[in-house]
Amino acid sequence: MRPISYSRVTDVSAAVGTVTADPASAFLAGGTNAVDLLRIYVEQPARLVDINDLPLGEIEQLPGGGLRIGALARMSEVAEHPSVTDRHPLISQSLLQGASPQLRNMASIGGNLMQRTRCTYFRDISTACNKRTPGTGCAALDGINRGHAVLGTSEHCIATHPSDLAVALVALDAEVVTEGPDGRRRVAIDDFYLPPEDTPDVEHPLDHGELIVAVEVPPAPAAATSLYLKVRDRESYEFALASAAVAMRVDGGTVGEVRLALGGVATVPWRARRAERILTGGPATTENFAAAAREELASAVSHGMNEFKIELARRTIVRVLETVAGGPSGDGAGAR
Amino acid sequence: MSPAIGATVARVDGRAKVSGAARYSGEIPLTNLAHAVLIGAPVASGRIAAIDCSEAQRAGGVLAVLSHLNLPKVAAQPSLLPSLAGMAAPGQSFFPMQDDTVHYAGQHVAVVVADTLERAEHAATLVRIDYQQSSPTTLIDQARDQAYVPQKIFGGLLPGQDARGDVEAGLKQAEIRIDATYRFAANHHNPIEPSTTTAEWDDSGRLTVYDSTQGPTATQMTLAQLLGMPPAMIKVVSHFVGGSFGSKAMIWPHAALAALAARHVRRPVRLALSREQMFTSCGHREEQEHVVTLGATADGRLTALRHHKLSVTSHFDDWAEPSLQSAAIMYACPNYEGVYRLIRGNTNTPTFMRAPGEASGMFGLETAIDELAERVGVDPVELRLRNFTETDPATGDPWSSCGLRECYQRGMELFGWSGRDSRPGRRREGNWLIGTGMAAAAYPHAQPVNPQRARARIYLDGSVVVEAGVSEFGTGVTTAMTQVAADGLGAALEQVRFLGGSTDLPNITAAVGSAGAGATSAAVHLAVTALRQQLIGLAVSDEKSPLHGADPAGVIVEGGRMCRRDRPEAGEAYAELLQRHMLPDLEAVSNWIPPAQDAGHGMHTFGAQFAEVGVDADLGLIRVRRLVGVFAPGRVLNRATAHSQLMGGMIWGLSQALQEATRMDARSGRWANASLADYLVPVNADAPDVVVDTVEVLEDVVNPLGVKGVGEIGIVGVAAAIANAVYHATGYRARHLPITLEDLLPRPA
Repeated sequence: MRPISYSRVTDVSAAVGTVTADPASAFLAGGTNAVDLLRIYVEQPARLVDINDLPLGEIEQLPGGGLRIGALARMSEVAEHPSVTDRHPLISQSLLQGASPQLRNMASIGGNLMQRTRCTYFRDISTACNKRTPGTGCAALDGINRGHAVLGTSEHCIATHPSDLAVALVALDAEVVTEGPDGRRRVAIDDFYLPPEDTPDVEHPLDHGELIVAVEVPPAPAAATSLYLKVRDRESYEFALASAAVAMRVDGGTVGEVRLALGGVATVPWRARRAERILTGGPATTENFAAAAREELASAVSHGMNEFKIELARRTIVRVLETVAGGPSGDGAGAR
Repeated sequence: MSPAIGATVARVDGRAKVSGAARYSGEIPLTNLAHAVLIGAPVASGRIAAIDCSEAQRAGGVLAVLSHLNLPKVAAQPSLLPSLAGMAAPGQSFFPMQDDTVHYAGQHVAVVVADTLERAEHAATLVRIDYQQSSPTTLIDQARDQAYVPQKIFGGLLPGQDARGDVEAGLKQAEIRIDATYRFAANHHNPIEPSTTTAEWDDSGRLTVYDSTQGPTATQMTLAQLLGMPPAMIKVVSHFVGGSFGSKAMIWPHAALAALAARHVRRPVRLALSREQMFTSCGHREEQEHVVTLGATADGRLTALRHHKLSVTSHFDDWAEPSLQSAAIMYACPNYEGVYRLIRGNTNTPTFMRAPGEASGMFGLETAIDELAERVGVDPVELRLRNFTETDPATGDPWSSCGLRECYQRGMELFGWSGRDSRPGRRREGNWLIGTGMAAAAYPHAQPVNPQRARARIYLDGSVVVEAGVSEFGTGVTTAMTQVAADGLGAALEQVRFLGGSTDLPNITAAVGSAGAGATSAAVHLAVTALRQQLIGLAVSDEKSPLHGADPAGVIVEGGRMCRRDRPEAGEAYAELLQRHMLPDLEAVSNWIPPAQDAGHGMHTFGAQFAEVGVDADLGLIRVRRLVGVFAPGRVLNRATAHSQLMGGMIWGLSQALQEATRMDARSGRWANASLADYLVPVNADAPDVVVDTVEVLEDVVNPLGVKGVGEIGIVGVAAAIANAVYHATGYRARHLPITLEDLLPRPA
């Protein structure tokens, strides 16, 4: 392990100030991803600023039905919090299907949003990776890419975004609240995750030293009829091959409000706006769900081993919509 | 007092393990301990052009940087021989850091030693090594045309091909023929404890090594060979091992490198492999392809069986896991041909992995048999019974014990097999297509070839210590041997302590191939029997003993005392006898000579596996709902630990069927998923309702207690039962492992 200096801070402005002042420094929260990446030399900070003492752990209801989740709230706390399970079950479901109980007890919400891809080439410093080392190429394009993205890719990067929570937050139009050298700002989550394009190393709009302090979720009228569905090779402790978060209201066989986002198949948590347009106001039928899924995946690009993900994503969309709409089978995936 | 053997006894070391008191090889507290970190080649083929250690050597705490430039040469080329032979057992006949050649990715090219682990890890990143790379070969598809049939495989122990009868004639005679090719992903063991060696030299040149190994003597003999030392100067200790599954069955280079590094820095050195290094430092189950051809009569009686295996081995060894040993003798088939073909690739030599050989070989055979049953139009169990063989078809010898019919019968009852509609795709529950399948299991009973020893000692207070040099790698051997010793002396379990895991103790061959329980229990049983006879002999010849003049054969032992069978009140406690004779202790050493492998009996363990799966019709997800396994492993020493091993084996079979695959990036010749996040093994949520049962058989050939062992048989056949169930659910015949979602995902509409 490289020699690293370590310090703890107790207020947000000191945290921001310390990291801003040192380009080689980084925040340390739960450490479940940051320490991992440090140990395999993918991230090489010289200084870690431990923010676990900052007062950012609260989970509170906002007037009007919204929710504010402090950046240092742990995944397990948020998943079990009554305000979350009552008002935004989608968030709870997505958290409980991520990681393992031990990791969820450690990992923070801010860290979850900032976690890096599981692409094996990104994590192997002896290989070409534009996200890790810009300009070196992408070994995944014709490599072992079964887990890689089919949406939002570029010729420079096809790495999948790994977060389950972020998929739910994208569906719910959450906002990321940050504090940086220039003060506090709010970023719509759709603007927070940047597709790779020509700069896969640039994943979000945060400045160095800018800290996520909270996530705010607006009221979601359709939250009561929502579902996070995660498809994977094993039942637990694995990243998604495909996942879908949906909140949808169906009245008299017609889809009203619908929010749909995809995980496991895209370079960023993927809001399925094309599908939403077809669904909204249309019939809540398997045929229409399939049409929406086809439209959403029309722009998908595969690279060999991950070709199946295009069909899998379509079918995952249809399944999640059918399940929330209450038919035809309604027993969901994951049950035996 | 009911016998301890066969009872459910909680692990005697359980408390030490869960409380952290048990010390593993990487936890031995030694004064002045230094830490070694291995550097593996990032390229899979080529030469080391230059090494620059200057920055690493200047880094804080660094004691040495060793490479082929300065590491002393090993005393002898390693001799590949499975550790069951009891001799030196290097995992491959290549030792790294002897010259500048790189044969495989991850090959050890340098060792950095520092005063702390963190400083050694950091310094390892500062060693600059330039390579001249050449293009590697790592996959079957890259070198199919270069395959050859080796003279011998498996360290020279098994022939490269084998036959009986006339397989071509048998195929001509056949009315039904099944031809199928089965492919298997490479697999890695991934025990929870990565291999670790701690080495310490004393002033007189004696070496003590704490090693995570399945055989302390194997480590001792291997180090003696590589270091050119008398075995008497080497002590190996291995009290607790955190799982192995074959990865610690052979002795890999890191053990000798730890000893060499310790000698170089004149300090004790600990060398622990990282999880990633476990993928390139201690073998794996090789990528392989099996072509199975069955010929049968219209009513399903086999006339011919041809089984060809193709797999990748290293540049230096003709290694294939022996996949055809059980498949060759499973059924009464007069005409058989088995051939191993090998491709040389840029890999370390593959090695044993749980149920080595049969886990793959029996998948091919048992899937083909399922296809045959469908063609014939009979129930798969009935087809197997039609081909049941009362004798070993390779030799005509009777089985030492079998029990296979009883396993089928009991398995069918436990599973609820009868009345099964054999047509595929008929059962649906919601989104799930449901199917059931079964397969036979078999595993050859291998024996050590050299004497197995144990020592039993009773103290004047009646307490007992029994010793044998076997290592405890999670099987429960410590507990089971306590039970064997207690029964042999009629002592309470609490009075008996079993000690293992050291070459200072009587020699037991490495516990591999399901042979550990049989070999160790034989030695322990003979030792306590000899001690009991000494004690009884002393009593019946002692005028002061209530047993004086009794026929020794009429004396029984129970509750820590000896007494006459016909007059139980006439007797005395061991303690009384020893006190009266002023004996602080009495001791006996056993020497069990295993029977020869070819001494007139076919020796196999048999079983039957049943599985029920659900396949999501839209999403392709495959989930195992139920497993039932019934086995005939001879005598069971401890009901609980045997159950655990069999159940663990069955879940491993599920894992082989649906999850485990080490994926090779052929461009670089490197494994692409060398981590436990990317190499999948089942979690609790994947493990379904698993029912384990055994049937009793009379086994009096293999060893004194009739123990065939349960380490391997649990996994065999599970993958085939699952694949056959997937076929039954969906009509899709899986001919590769693992079977994953994309195999079952419907094609785009």
